[in-house]
Amino acid sequence: MSDCCTTETIDIKVEPRVSGKIRTVALIGPPNSGKSTLFNRLTGLRQKVANYPGVTVEQHIGKLSGIGRSELLLIDLPGIYSLDSYSEDARVAVDVLHGAMPGTPAPDAILLVLDSLHLRRQLTLAAPILSLALPTLVLLNMSDLMEARGGEVDTLALARELGVPVAKISATRGTGLDSIQHFLDRKSEVVQPRSPARLELPVVGNARSYRQWATGISTRTKYKAPLSSEWTRKLDRVLLHRIIGPFLFLAVVISVFQFVFSIGQPLSNAFGDFLNSAGAKVGSYLGSGWFESLLIDGIWRGVASVLVFLPQILLLFLFIGVLEDSGYLARAALIADRVMRSIGLNGKAFIPLLSAYACAVPAIMATRTIENKRDRFATILVAPFMTCSARLPIYLLMIAAFIPNKPIIGDFFGLRAAVMLSLYLMGFLAALLTARLLKSSILKAASAPFILELPQYRLPTLRSLGLRVIDRGKVFLKQAGTIILCVTVVLWILSHIPFHAPLPESVIGHIGQWIEPIIRPLGFNWKIGIGLLSSIIAREVIVGTLGTLYGADPATQSLSLQAALRHDLTLGGAMALVVFFAFAMQCTSTLAIVHRETNSWKWPALQFAYMSTLAYIAALATNQLITHFF
Amino acid sequence: MAIVEALDLPDEVGHHLMHMGIVPEARIVVIRRAPAGDPTVYYIDGFEIALRRETARSIRVRPVEEDH
Repeated sequence: MSDCCTTETIDIKVEPRVSGKIRTVALIGPPNSGKSTLFNRLTGLRQKVANYPGVTVEQHIGKLSGIGRSELLLIDLPGIYSLDSYSEDARVAVDVLHGAMPGTPAPDAILLVLDSLHLRRQLTLAAPILSLALPTLVLLNMSDLMEARGGEVDTLALARELGVPVAKISATRGTGLDSIQHFLDRKSEVVQPRSPARLELPVVGNARSYRQWATGISTRTKYKAPLSSEWTRKLDRVLLHRIIGPFLFLAVVISVFQFVFSIGQPLSNAFGDFLNSAGAKVGSYLGSGWFESLLIDGIWRGVASVLVFLPQILLLFLFIGVLEDSGYLARAALIADRVMRSIGLNGKAFIPLLSAYACAVPAIMATRTIENKRDRFATILVAPFMTCSARLPIYLLMIAAFIPNKPIIGDFFGLRAAVMLSLYLMGFLAALLTARLLKSSILKAASAPFILELPQYRLPTLRSLGLRVIDRGKVFLKQAGTIILCVTVVLWILSHIPFHAPLPESVIGHIGQWIEPIIRPLGFNWKIGIGLLSSIIAREVIVGTLGTLYGADPATQSLSLQAALRHDLTLGGAMALVVFFAFAMQCTSTLAIVHRETNSWKWPALQFAYMSTLAYIAALATNQLITHFF
Repeated sequence: MAIVEALDLPDEVGHHLMHMGIVPEARIVVIRRAPAGDPTVYYIDGFEIALRRETARSIRVRPVEEDH
């Protein structure tokens, strides 16, 4: 894989804190303070993304190479309002700051980012941070915007009040960053632990006392809040209008979809063709032996079947990024909340679930915006029921082979379209019912309410969108890639032992025949069984496998795949197969991503078992009903 | 417009809201409702926050006269 920008590994060494030397810097700030933009600015692309052990909070660590200090590590802490441990995010931040997080070095200095547009509110986070008595630099972000809108603050007075240096910066424009350089230089020599006794800090853990403290400071430092952006109010008047709002919302959703399918799909197809021909070309140089077969038919084909989705996945990340960075994602959540609440989820689950219609992988990764863990897990668990584009090849093949194109309503809506639509509907209903089931049982909500902050509208920058797409793409390739590689190798070995045996006589062929009694009630034969086993990598793999199997069988060799399927399967079995695919979790990438996002194997295992059982029962019912009535 | 008096919410939730600026004596203004009628968007201390009715019900306020 040529990863264009960075494959450099970042070694994280946990060493005891040596007083007087800065090795590790922590970046902390409230949500919407522009912290991630600053992190990207300071580290460039040299960052590492992982999960903190045992929790689902993402860990971003990078070298400070954006300002030429690549010997220093920068840890990006989750965006939080306070260090009170009301959330997993805050607990992680506290552990990292105290050097109690396994695998993460204890920070020697802190960069505290505050949004200067809302300084009074954001200052409350300064109190618990300053009480840590680590060298701290307070960065007033978006100060250019604050000044442009008539806001003011006396930074010298603020520095005196807080007892630490304060600097105005703009993370989006990259101005004022030399202050970080100065801070690090000065502090690198000797760290003078600031005595917190000199500071009057509010009562720890008391939100009200924090507020009074922050208000006092902002008054004494002559903080004048800028006028709120007129644009946001004006835009919201239209975008959240009682009648126009929902229509514009639908228009946004439909155009995103139109774009992902009309551009993403051909792009994916072209990319797939390219990968296959590249594989064939390399294969032809290697000659024909078991090594070439393992490399090309096994590893390359398996990896390519997942890579094919990359253009679509990246496009979706791009759109979700535009929605999030512009501020519209929060409005979409507001509009959708009422509907989503009726199935026990909240408005923030809408865009992720919608994305799952293209691919569950970006959808599951986009659930990070849902703060409530139970809601987030429920969304993750139901997302793969949405009809993703990997299901389309087998749907289209079976419908074309078995369903006559009879018109139902004129020429526009025929029997084939009706079957397709009911498959979409089936997945949607399964997601809905599963969500309700989960929310009333294992993921029953505690008292956590739905709190949605509506940020001001902003024009997304190409830089941050690009970084986001690369970052998410890397996570997908790393997570899914490694597992896919293992699964493809295992499947290749199973389908090539004993050597030179045709597929039906290989180990996997035997397994396919061995499970035939189990799947016969669904109307499936052993060939379908092998197809189901091989499609554990990715759903669309079954089409290729069936092609190989029917192509090798003398009875169906001369027929097209559609004709061969008609020769071999009943209508009941064929429809049971598509229903099976509507419900089953035949996607290793999704399982890998669910594992990553929930940081456990328990949830993907549960999801796999639940979806497979449901798929089996639904396919069984379909076959029995159709066989009985037709 | 109204002034927040007290938050009758479990501690965890209450603290979260207080850290977001919904503290006693803060001025809170209803800006708009979501197209479906709920949640409602409030303006408090320079930012906008949306709460469902079920949560907002537990925040006690006293109304004050509009001064602008």
